[in-house]
Amino acid sequence: MEEILDTYKTTKLEDVKIWFKAASIHDFPADGGACVKYKNKQIAVFNFARIGKWYACQNVCPHKMEMVLSRGMIGDDKGIPKVACPLHKKTFSLEDGENLNGDMDAIATYPVKIEEENVYIGFSD
Amino acid sequence: MKQIVVVGNGMVGYKFCEKFVEKPEFKDFKITVFGEEPRPAYDRVHLSEFFENQDAKALEMAPAEWYAKNNIELITGERVADINRTSKTITTAQDREFTYDYLVLATGSAPFVPPIKGVEKEGVFVYRTIEDLEGMLAYAAKLKAKNPNAKAAVLGGGLLGLEAGKAVMDMGLEPHIVEFASKLMPRQLDLRSSQVLQLKLESIGLNIHLSKITNQILGNGSIVGMEFGEDDTLDVDMLIVSAGIRPRDELGKNSGLEVGVRGGIVVNNKMQTSDENIYAIGEIALYNQMIYGLVAPGYDMAAVAVNQIIGQAKSVMPDDIDMSTKLKLIGVDVASFGEPFMPASKGHSIIFENKTQHLYKRINVSHDGKKLLGGILVGDASDYNMLHQIYLNGMAIPEDPAQLILPASDGASAFGDVKDLPDEAQVCSCESVTKGQICAAIENGEATDVAAVVSCTKAGTGCGGCKPMVADLTNATLKSLGIEVKEGVCEHFDLNRQDLYKIIQVKGYTHFNEVLDNHGNGGHGCELCKPLIASLMATINADTANKEYAIQDSNDRFLANIQRNGTYSVVPRVPGGEITPDKLIALGEIAKKYDLYTKVTGGVRIDLFGATLNQLPLIWKELISHGFESGHAYGKSLRTVKTCVGSTWCRYGMDESVSFGIELENRYRGIRAPHKIKGGVSGCIRECAEARGKDFGLIAVEGGWNLYLGGNGGANPRHAELFAEQIDNETVIKYLDRYLMFYMRTAKPLQRTAAWQERLEGGLEYLKEVIIDDKLGIADDLEKEMQTLVNKFECEWTQAINNPEMMKRFNHFVNSEEEDDNLVFVPMRDQKMPEPWK
Ligand SMILES: Cc1cc2nc3c(=O)[nH]c(=O)nc-3n(C[C@H](O)[C@H](O)[C@H](O)COP(=O)(O)OP(=O)(O)OC[C@H]3O[C@@H](n4cnc5c(N)ncnc54)[C@H](O)[C@@H]3O)c2cc1C
Ligand code: SF4
Ligand code: FES
Repeated sequence: MEEILDTYKTTKLEDVKIWFKAASIHDFPADGGACVKYKNKQIAVFNFARIGKWYACQNVCPHKMEMVLSRGMIGDDKGIPKVACPLHKKTFSLEDGENLNGDMDAIATYPVKIEEENVYIGFSD
Repeated sequence: MKQIVVVGNGMVGYKFCEKFVEKPEFKDFKITVFGEEPRPAYDRVHLSEFFENQDAKALEMAPAEWYAKNNIELITGERVADINRTSKTITTAQDREFTYDYLVLATGSAPFVPPIKGVEKEGVFVYRTIEDLEGMLAYAAKLKAKNPNAKAAVLGGGLLGLEAGKAVMDMGLEPHIVEFASKLMPRQLDLRSSQVLQLKLESIGLNIHLSKITNQILGNGSIVGMEFGEDDTLDVDMLIVSAGIRPRDELGKNSGLEVGVRGGIVVNNKMQTSDENIYAIGEIALYNQMIYGLVAPGYDMAAVAVNQIIGQAKSVMPDDIDMSTKLKLIGVDVASFGEPFMPASKGHSIIFENKTQHLYKRINVSHDGKKLLGGILVGDASDYNMLHQIYLNGMAIPEDPAQLILPASDGASAFGDVKDLPDEAQVCSCESVTKGQICAAIENGEATDVAAVVSCTKAGTGCGGCKPMVADLTNATLKSLGIEVKEGVCEHFDLNRQDLYKIIQVKGYTHFNEVLDNHGNGGHGCELCKPLIASLMATINADTANKEYAIQDSNDRFLANIQRNGTYSVVPRVPGGEITPDKLIALGEIAKKYDLYTKVTGGVRIDLFGATLNQLPLIWKELISHGFESGHAYGKSLRTVKTCVGSTWCRYGMDESVSFGIELENRYRGIRAPHKIKGGVSGCIRECAEARGKDFGLIAVEGGWNLYLGGNGGANPRHAELFAEQIDNETVIKYLDRYLMFYMRTAKPLQRTAAWQERLEGGLEYLKEVIIDDKLGIADDLEKEMQTLVNKFECEWTQAINNPEMMKRFNHFVNSEEEDDNLVFVPMRDQKMPEPWK
């Protein structure tokens, strides 16, 4: 189980070495998410259309280690953009991965950029 | 070869034989058993089951062949009449003589019949043997043929009397319990628990008369009534005397064995009587000056006697005998264990009582709070075994013993007012959060709303079942601190569900953002308000969940129920539970093809588990081609209308429950509501469809249907309330349209009809005024709105598989056809299940 979490490390914009071209922006629902496969990683990508932003984080929920966060609902908690896990509704900040309604470890987040209607996710490896 | 004679082939006499044949020493003994009853020993404890099937064989402890096979001579239908201790012989009523080396008396007890004038009249019975029951059944049948409303009373409100009362009810007679003491089960229950029990028994139709001394049995030849005082009589056509037991010690008395003042043959802890070659066991034995009217101590005595006879001198009866009991009345849980009543000098008691739910739990705990000494459970004895174990083994108990009996709560209603709960009451059992902790978090200013309470105490983060109660507690505490409680659905809306309903309806909104921009608090929505508004728009605009799918709850978004490992279950609709063999085969083949775990659900349909996101549309394409449609098992919407076969097949059926159930299920399928809705239709009052446990239930009666509303199962079971009687199909639909629509308009988010109805000001009467008398003048609107929903129904899975844009949703990855490689299944009973969570 631990190994799964080890594969996901928050990547800062300045550490990005690879911009992985994931899919077209049209493949993601407005104000919702979808899952991207990159090497052995599953990354949840959210199109927060309401505020015109994109977010990416690990797809695995640290609560029960299931690959489900991309299927979660997004919204905000007192202004902080968040995703709620579809299994038990644990919520995580999309900005820094913090668990907003509990004290679980933060989830890993990744930078996203949009170029020519394509979604790119930034990785350091 | 030593000769053993056992007198009495009852439960304990049999157990003696059973224990003996297991011993290697048995080869040196020869056992002869005499039984007065015509048949081999049977299970008297479950005697009442004879009423159900009249199958005496089924009750047998062992068939006659068992005795023969084990070389035991069994002589039934022959009473032992005399013992000659000097010649070591016994004589039977048929004047046959047998010699013994050891004699074992297991003659049990006989019912005690008090010397009331007239007890010999026809129609007065006791409750001990199969013959007694046969007699009662025959007599009851005769009575009912003459008068369908015949009544029967039970004299005695103890453990056995109540069991007899239930038997009377099952025989179709009007049941009455007449008790001399001022409470029921005086030996096992304290006053409060016996009052709770009384309420419960009365609610299921038993009439209870306490503090009644019966002076005489009235009637000329056969019983017609009982007289208590001068003007105090009760008309009854039959009477069962259950006023205690008397040991059958005649043999002992006549042969000069030591007997007790109030009967019973005195034994020592080796089960020996005053004659060392004669043993007494079971309900005849007077041990520690007590007759133990229970089977378990009798079995222990049998074991001791066997051991003593084969020379294991160390095996003796303990001094303390456990008298814990659980009443096996169907539908009523009653148990007491250890020391049920406890003097304050020995410890203290913790009592939990809820009269309306007929619940009472008491535990007695030692002064140091470390030991459980005993207790009483009425209404819910599901924890009896666990508590009994803790008591028996002196196991450690929680620091706060109240946790042992406080229910794992799911809402305030189980407790009356949440504020009345003790501080130690465990509100969230997953995270062990007490009421005290929740209130403290608010009182010390750490939290000012439900969300904050949840995040700082962790209450409700496990299974979530306690959330309604956490919310109630939070609001009650805030109110008591004078803080205004916002009714809003979440931080994004100050409005409640009902207000939002009206606004969306009047303004005609069709998108979440419109509602949020115009009526929200400026945020971006969340997992509480989004699905709520999605559901409201679905109700108001007759949309399916395919509309704006990103605001749908996860299950609605993927039109399937997400399961533990992120896979889904698939449930096609099977209206009323009626399915053709062809469709059943189709289901089986599809399940096989996709390797799905298959189970019949509680709602009479078939659930296929373990489908990946990618498989969902493929599976549904096949299901739809076989004529299936979405079962909406994933939605807050109509699940099933459960039916019994009704008059089409059942010999008791009064109406076509299946046909009507299908009609109703097809009418309300797909509508979105505050919570799930279930229905049930039974063809007669036997209620095989369990309709009263549903949001709406129908039972066919003479002249129409009885309509019940607001029931549910789940953590807080509640029977639906009788709303209208003997109405026709059309009226049922009219009332249901109005009821459901009214519920959909006014309930809180995620509130089932039961909780809604319970909290509706004015209660059931008000509901009748609105729905039947149209007091608010909205009945027409309600019906029209429902009709629109019915007319606009569309299967959302058919929509989805026919629309390539919608189909995109069902890929695990946007950039790959692969499936989630994290999934691990393990085998279980020829099928598969997700690997358990670590
Ligand atoms: C309706 C009912 C429900 C009960 N429920 C429970 C319960 O839930 N839990 C519990 O622990 N206990 C229960 N009991 C009590 C339990 O059945 C008795 O404790 C148990 O049967 C006692 O066994 P026994 O062998 O001592 O006596 P019995 O089972 O009465 O057997 C004695 C046998 O000896 C025969 N006999 C008597 N004298 C002679 C003679 N001279 N010659 C030949 N044969 C003779 C009798 O005919 C009888 O068959 C219940 C009893 C009844 C009637
Ligand atoms: S409820 Fe009545 S009609 Fe329906 S199956 Fe049971 S007995 Fe038959
Ligand atoms: S698995 Fe995500 S909240 Fe439990």
